[in-house]
Amino acid sequence: MSVTSKTLPRALATLVAGALFGFGLSLSTMIRPEVVLSFLHLNDFGLMLVMGGAVAVVVPAYKLAPRLLGRPLLGDVFRRHASVWNRDTLVGAALFGVGWGLCGVCPGPAIAGLGAGNWSLLWALAGIALGALLQGLRSDARPYNQRLTPDL
Amino acid sequence: MNLSLSLFPLGWQHYLLGGLLVGAGTALLFVLTGRIGGMSTLFSSTWSFVVRRPFFQQARFVDSRNWRLVYALGLILGGLVWWLGFAGGVREATNVPAWQLLVGGIFVGYGARLGNGCTSGHGICGLGSLQWPSLMAVLTFMATAFLTANLAARWLS
Repeated sequence: MSVTSKTLPRALATLVAGALFGFGLSLSTMIRPEVVLSFLHLNDFGLMLVMGGAVAVVVPAYKLAPRLLGRPLLGDVFRRHASVWNRDTLVGAALFGVGWGLCGVCPGPAIAGLGAGNWSLLWALAGIALGALLQGLRSDARPYNQRLTPDL
Repeated sequence: MNLSLSLFPLGWQHYLLGGLLVGAGTALLFVLTGRIGGMSTLFSSTWSFVVRRPFFQQARFVDSRNWRLVYALGLILGGLVWWLGFAGGVREATNVPAWQLLVGGIFVGYGARLGNGCTSGHGICGLGSLQWPSLMAVLTFMATAFLTANLAARWLS
C-alpha cells in the first residue's frame, strides 16, 4: 500500500509516539529544569537512568525492526540519520552543553513541559527557536566549500 | 540502600520508568513509521514555513516539517495527560530566571542545530543506533554543561 494512503494512520502513530515520549519526560521530571541542574551538580543521578532506560529500549528497536520487518508497519522505509564527527559537531555539542548547563532545559522537555502548564518554559522555547534561526542564517552566509555537514 | 539514596535522593523508579517510556515512544515511532525522532530538528524545520532562505528550504526540513509538528503536539499532549492524570493538578513551575532560560535556550538552539542533535537526537536516537559520533557529542555536551552549571551556581547565586 502506498504511503499517501496511510497519511492519517501515520500521523496518529506519530502523535501517540510523541505523547509517550512527552509522558515519559514528565513522569521522570525531566521537564523540571531544577532536576536537570541537580544532575549537573552531581546531586541526583536520575538523568542517567532516564537516558539509559530510553537507549536500552531504542537499541533493540533500531537494530531488530529493519531486519525483522523489512519496512515500517505503516509504510515508507526505515530512515537512518547517520551522525558525523567533525568541527561543527564538536563546537555545536559544546555550545549546546553551555546552554543546557545555564538553563537546565533541552528541546524535548521544553515542549513537553508546556503540556504540564509550565509557561516559563516559553522563554526557553523562544531562545531555542531563535538559536536555530541564527544557526541557519549563519550557515546560509557561509560559503558552500566551508560547510562540514552536507546538505542532505 | 544507602548508595541508592545518595545517588537518587528523590528515588529512582520514576526516572527509570520515565526513561523506558521515552524509549518506547522513540521505538514506536520508528517501528510504525520509520522516522527517527530527535527533537531539535523541529526548530529548523518549522522555520522552513516562513524563512525562504535556501538553508531552511532543504528537503530534509521541508519534507519532515509536518510530522515533526505532530510529534511535538504529541509531546505536549503527553505532558498534559501526566499533569491532569498523575500530578495531582499541581502546575509545573521553575525558579530558573527568565533571562537564564532565554539565553540558555539560544545556546541550546544554536548548538543543537550546528552539532546536528541534542539530548534526544544524539543522546537517545544516536546512541540508540550505536553511532560513535553521537557518543562523542554526548560526552562533549555533558562536559560543558557540567562546567557551566557549576560555574553558574558559583557566580550567579
